[in-house]
Amino acid sequence: MLEINNLHVKLDGEDKQILKGLTLSVEAGSVHAIMGPNGSGKSTLSYVLSGRDGYEVTDGGATLDGEDLLDMEPEERAAAGLFLAFQYPVEIPGVGNMTFLRTAVNAQRKARGEAELSAGDFLKLVRTKAKELKIDADMLKRPVNVGFSGGEKKRNEILQMAMLEPQMCILDETDSGLDVDAMKLVAEGVNALRNEGRSFLVITHYQRLLDHIKPDVVHIMADGRIIKTGGPELALEVENNGYADLLAEGQA
Amino acid sequence: MSAAPATSPRAARLAARLKSTEERLATVAVPQSSVWLQRARQDAMVRLKGMGLPEKRDEYWRYTDPARLLRDPLQPAKVLNVSDETEVFGEIERLKLVFVDGVFDAAQSDAIEGQGLEICRLSEAGQADIHWAQDLYGTLEAEGHTPVARPLAALNTAMATDGVLIRVTKPVERPVSMVYHRSQPDAEMVLHHLVRVEPGAELTILENGPGAARVSTVLEADLAEGASLHHVRAMGRDHERVATTHIFARLDAEAHFKSFTLSVNGALVRNEAVIWLQGQGGSAHIAGAAMGDGAFHHDDTVYVTHSAPNCESRQVYKKVLHNGAIGVFQGKILVEQAAQQTDGYQISQSLLMDERSQFLAKPELEIYADDVKCSHGSTSGEINADQLFYLRARGVPDHEAKRLLVLAFLAEALDEIARGDLADDMRVRLHGWLERHSD
Repeated sequence: MLEINNLHVKLDGEDKQILKGLTLSVEAGSVHAIMGPNGSGKSTLSYVLSGRDGYEVTDGGATLDGEDLLDMEPEERAAAGLFLAFQYPVEIPGVGNMTFLRTAVNAQRKARGEAELSAGDFLKLVRTKAKELKIDADMLKRPVNVGFSGGEKKRNEILQMAMLEPQMCILDETDSGLDVDAMKLVAEGVNALRNEGRSFLVITHYQRLLDHIKPDVVHIMADGRIIKTGGPELALEVENNGYADLLAEGQA
Repeated sequence: MSAAPATSPRAARLAARLKSTEERLATVAVPQSSVWLQRARQDAMVRLKGMGLPEKRDEYWRYTDPARLLRDPLQPAKVLNVSDETEVFGEIERLKLVFVDGVFDAAQSDAIEGQGLEICRLSEAGQADIHWAQDLYGTLEAEGHTPVARPLAALNTAMATDGVLIRVTKPVERPVSMVYHRSQPDAEMVLHHLVRVEPGAELTILENGPGAARVSTVLEADLAEGASLHHVRAMGRDHERVATTHIFARLDAEAHFKSFTLSVNGALVRNEAVIWLQGQGGSAHIAGAAMGDGAFHHDDTVYVTHSAPNCESRQVYKKVLHNGAIGVFQGKILVEQAAQQTDGYQISQSLLMDERSQFLAKPELEIYADDVKCSHGSTSGEINADQLFYLRARGVPDHEAKRLLVLAFLAEALDEIARGDLADDMRVRLHGWLERHSD
């Protein structure tokens, strides 16, 4: 599904290298988690994969289903099945949440050569999915993320994911700023989307999210690279001992 | 106040201005009409000669060169044939009054009828004894020169030979829609409309179309107690046209005035609005959305005076500027001492689509009452990169994402249109323009 090979990335116009040869492979239907201390390059990875401006790939590459991901515009990546749940979802005053969702769904369908959803079908679909995530009608009517609480913003991200049905979902610190109840709700939303064709890359600081979204593989990232890969037990190890031991091990 | 010595530079400048105005207008005679209209025109000419034509160095014309509006002979402008969109307000059930190159065309217009509605052509008003109009015509324009002179409005009153006089005595559902067609590249349109909304009466007025190569319109609106007037205007899509418009609106107690203007293209447009809130509990909302690409200079100049307590006013102006287009906003809220509990709001914002485009703004508040709520804001900026990326990351193509963000930016101005069907019509125009001007 997602293949990242020896990826080197720096900020545009600066010398500082952020990703320094990151290699990672996410198979179809699996859930991978990336854990790592602050500044290890986790968010940069999510932005580079989704096509945000401001980064320069100096070496290596990434493919989605065999296609060169880094060569595509952000909207082409989305239509190809990539989805990034933002750590800080953006507020867009003046654009209704419903209009936004419908525009996005139909733009992707159009890009894939599929028929656009009618207003009626779209409404039915969005109501069903919103209900599952406990998103009320008022939140759908309001401008995108404007005046939403932290938990509402993250649930709105998952609603978009549910509507767009991407194949490769990247969750960038989706647990940050959430209380336990909100995190459970978000995790349930994610788990409902798990199937044999859909893959997840869950980026997080803490192990607690992984109690709710059970990963198949856990990677430890530090200083722009994956320094260790293992099973769910690796996340517990981080929880119990912190990153220090693993970092020392990685440097050795 | 003592007169400045004749030698002061200021006095010399004024003398020079009046002399050049006198010379410029020496051969200009006001159009002939019946006694009352003739007198109104002559009075306006006297006013004009007393203040002189505007000059670039005037403070009020700092950002917009009046010479381009006054060029003699006027510069012909290409007639744009709009065939790629539906007729503006075409879906609205309305009473249509058509002007071609600034002259009323009865054949293309609807029969004037409607309960509570009196409409008379200005060109025919001379023959009729229309008392309500005789005492009102030109008087709001005349009041509008204090404290700032608006000579081009006086010029309009002096020279306008067509327009409509409308009196409304009841709530009228069907909008009166003035449509300005143009056929000749060198046509000039000078229209003066007068609207009197009697106590408790209501009316919607629509205006659309380019009208001519050079346009001058004045709308004088007198709103009695509890009256309501809603004005929506789309100024046409011609590129080379120049236009000066003035709205003078006087509101009595509990009267409500709303005006929205959509302006796209046009080489040079100066839209002035002068509003007086003179009775308790009135409200005036004036808004504009302007979009220009390239040789576009659009100036919104607004002056709202609160003279009575408990009134509310809003000024909402949004501009989208591409390829070196220039936007101007001069807006003032004056709150007189008696106008306690005033709620005044003013916002002017421009979206600069490139580095060459410019927004020049002069927002002003002048407050003499001590218990008021007034705010103003003026900003210019680019499309928000985070918002754009967020939309694109969800699969919305770049040009469509920009369009959504531009429409979101304009939304606050469009929200000032009181009727959903009229707002939808304006949105169709905006969509069309954005389609044609997407990068």
